[in-house]
Amino acid sequence: MPSAVDAVQLRGIGKRFPGVIANQDVDVTIRSGTVHALIGENGAGKSTLMKILYGVQRPDDGTITIEGKGVVLKSPTEAIEAGVGMVFQHFMLADNLTVLENMVLGAEKLHGIGDGARTEIRRISDRFGFDLDPDVLVEKLGVAARQRLEIAKVLYRGARIIILDEPTAVLVPQEVEALFVNLRELTAAGNSVLFISHKLDEVLDIADDITVMRRGTTVGTADPRTATKHELAELMVGSELPSPETAESTVTETVELSLQDITLTDEFGRDLLSGLSLNIRRGEVLGIAGVEGNGQSELVETIMGMRIPTSGRIMLGDQDVTHWHTRQLREAGIGYVPEDRHRHGLLLEAPLWENRILGHQTKAPSVKGPWINRKGARQDTERIVRDYDVRAPGIDTPVRALSGGNQQKLIVGREMSGDPVLLIASHPTRGVDVGAQAAIWGHIKHARRAGLAVLLVSADLDELIGLSDTIQVILRGRFVGTFDPAQVTPQDLGAAMTGGEAA
Amino acid sequence: MSRLDVRSIGMSLLAPAIAILLSIVVTTIVIAAVGSSPGDFWSTMFEVPKPRLRVDIVNQTAMIYIAAVAAAIGFRMGLFNIGLEGQYTLASFAAASFAGAAYLSGWANVFAAIIVAMAVGAIWAGIAGVLRTTRGVSEVISTIMLNSIAITLVGYFLNNYGVKEGNSVHTKNIEPGTSVGGFAPFEDRDGEIWTLAIIAVLVGVGFWVLLNKTRFGFDLRASGQSESAALASGINPKRMILISMMLSGGVAGLIWMPAFFGGARNYGTSFQVGLGFLGIAVALLGRNRPVGMLFGALLFAFLSVKSNDLTFGTDVSPSIVQITQGVAVLAVVVTYEVVRRWRTRLEQRAVSRELAPTTEATA
Repeated sequence: MPSAVDAVQLRGIGKRFPGVIANQDVDVTIRSGTVHALIGENGAGKSTLMKILYGVQRPDDGTITIEGKGVVLKSPTEAIEAGVGMVFQHFMLADNLTVLENMVLGAEKLHGIGDGARTEIRRISDRFGFDLDPDVLVEKLGVAARQRLEIAKVLYRGARIIILDEPTAVLVPQEVEALFVNLRELTAAGNSVLFISHKLDEVLDIADDITVMRRGTTVGTADPRTATKHELAELMVGSELPSPETAESTVTETVELSLQDITLTDEFGRDLLSGLSLNIRRGEVLGIAGVEGNGQSELVETIMGMRIPTSGRIMLGDQDVTHWHTRQLREAGIGYVPEDRHRHGLLLEAPLWENRILGHQTKAPSVKGPWINRKGARQDTERIVRDYDVRAPGIDTPVRALSGGNQQKLIVGREMSGDPVLLIASHPTRGVDVGAQAAIWGHIKHARRAGLAVLLVSADLDELIGLSDTIQVILRGRFVGTFDPAQVTPQDLGAAMTGGEAA
Repeated sequence: MSRLDVRSIGMSLLAPAIAILLSIVVTTIVIAAVGSSPGDFWSTMFEVPKPRLRVDIVNQTAMIYIAAVAAAIGFRMGLFNIGLEGQYTLASFAAASFAGAAYLSGWANVFAAIIVAMAVGAIWAGIAGVLRTTRGVSEVISTIMLNSIAITLVGYFLNNYGVKEGNSVHTKNIEPGTSVGGFAPFEDRDGEIWTLAIIAVLVGVGFWVLLNKTRFGFDLRASGQSESAALASGINPKRMILISMMLSGGVAGLIWMPAFFGGARNYGTSFQVGLGFLGIAVALLGRNRPVGMLFGALLFAFLSVKSNDLTFGTDVSPSIVQITQGVAVLAVVVTYEVVRRWRTRLEQRAVSRELAPTTEATA
């Protein structure tokens, strides 16, 4: 029953965080009974926008109109009352409870917790083809079934507008097809879906309307029947797409880091890394390509001394550092940009200048002997803020208040301090805005010219091809191919990463 | 900037103020509910304490403060050392036995006994630390068990090797030359402020310096804030757990030392139990901050000491102040969280206001 009234109208939405404008002049209209795709790169402001629509954050400017009525959403509870539900990328389910129990948890008043609820779940499941058995334990369910349960939970609570945050990121292709069938059933029944993604094929496949975001604002809409992937990509990245390409090679002959036949076995005897060998010379960027979860994190943690290899040898310069502890390695001049900056790179509640000390607790200018050098650390933080363009109200601001891009620039600035000989960079530009991305690429290129050896792990193939001097592909803990970035295409890499072809 | 400072200080005082108010309200309700007169109770409690009690309050504050610092060392590292009680019981007994044996004399004996107390406290807490780092046993569980073991052990040693005097048993009295007494601010009959109450000052200053000025303190705070980030920064988490557990236990060993050398002179019936748990409560009340805990210790000491007056003036049991203390701790934990959220919202709003005019310029 698609009606004339639009399901959601967002007008002039603005949201500012310290040092960054997350959303500005955002206009989105979701027609009733349609799948509306919201696309844009990481850091384009999609997640802020959906948090605003789901009541998690309140906008500084703009209006939200749901089914013709202007609303102010102060919390997710109010959003659900207004008919807006959201399915997060990370599922929020209790494994040791049944489907029924998960469904009624927090919504006990709607249909009780017994047969009333069971009937309602069956009704929803049958209506949209979700295939959910109310009495099965959630731990028995696969990823796709869990996702259907999350969608059913939202419907159970009476939502008519469903926000899906990158729903296909966790699914295999066949499951994506099945999900799309479910979504079409949903819209046919008059519900509306806001589909957030950056996979253009899928968006063109499922969406009725497309809105593109870039740098915090909506830059255009597209009709999926006529638009091409190329047009969408151009809208997403704009004309000012920075190029990661490095100029002439700066690779020298001096080997800075050498891994010799590194094997890492977990407590169950399975190999996480098997027989890895690599050399990184001064002035060289070695890129590691691979589908996430194929041993990249373990490789980085092994080099950083957070895991000790079961066999093999790690050499830094001409020293055997296989059994060195993280602190010794850092003292020896390894900079480390961790893949999860919140978990491994920052103390979120601590101010900027204390974060300057983190990981450099034994080196000037942060410390003098056993004492913290407050003045030195603060001065050096000012330098990083200036040179790396970290946008923050001041160095006493807690790092939590900074945007992701600025947090990352602070980390890169910190790890480049004190003339490192080797930089281990895991996904250095993940989740940062385009400007910060270009800046971080610039710093890596600059340091490389100055003779820094870099191990670059990234999921962004363009970044890998653009920055690396050599690319190694990792699959199930083994190197399965070495490529020259000057000749390789993303398609070749993609094939090697999935085991399609071992070069 | 200074305006902001005034406001942020005001904000940080708001939570404890609300908590104390709430605990007064709850205590009043409880007293009224059991049929006594809240008016009598509060007028007795808020009366200016007599000189003898003033001395008591200072002495108690010192001991509670040392206990609070011991708890705070664990808390700042993300460890919950519930075993302060056992650590200082065993440490006090060991120190009293050592001092009573008079291997040394005068101040040398005092210093040596204090070292013994710290060492025993540290070792006892270290057991929990070793269990945690090698076997993954939660320090909460192991320290609770170690409390029982410590108290039983002390009872056993006291019964078998203690000096019997009438119905009571105690360790050998220290020689008069080893007792360090104190100074009497009022008349002699009002008692003395113990000389070793100075330990509380040293411990407080030391705690502040350690946390804020040293590399070790930075490592400790970093580990407490984010274990994963601490590990990635090169901190060895196991070593940190063991050291901070032993440090906490070492400070716990000092808790009863002012009283021992100030007046008790042996470990026996005069030993004051429960200071370890009070210390945990005060650390929570003072948010593990040196100054905050000082006020918390003063408040708790005041309530405990002043409650003695209740026996004479009213029909309210002195134990009622435990309700006041308990509610204060519970309320402070809740109100801190509420105030924190409120403050975050204010900050966010302030930031977006501040950034609004520049929007045009940067766009």
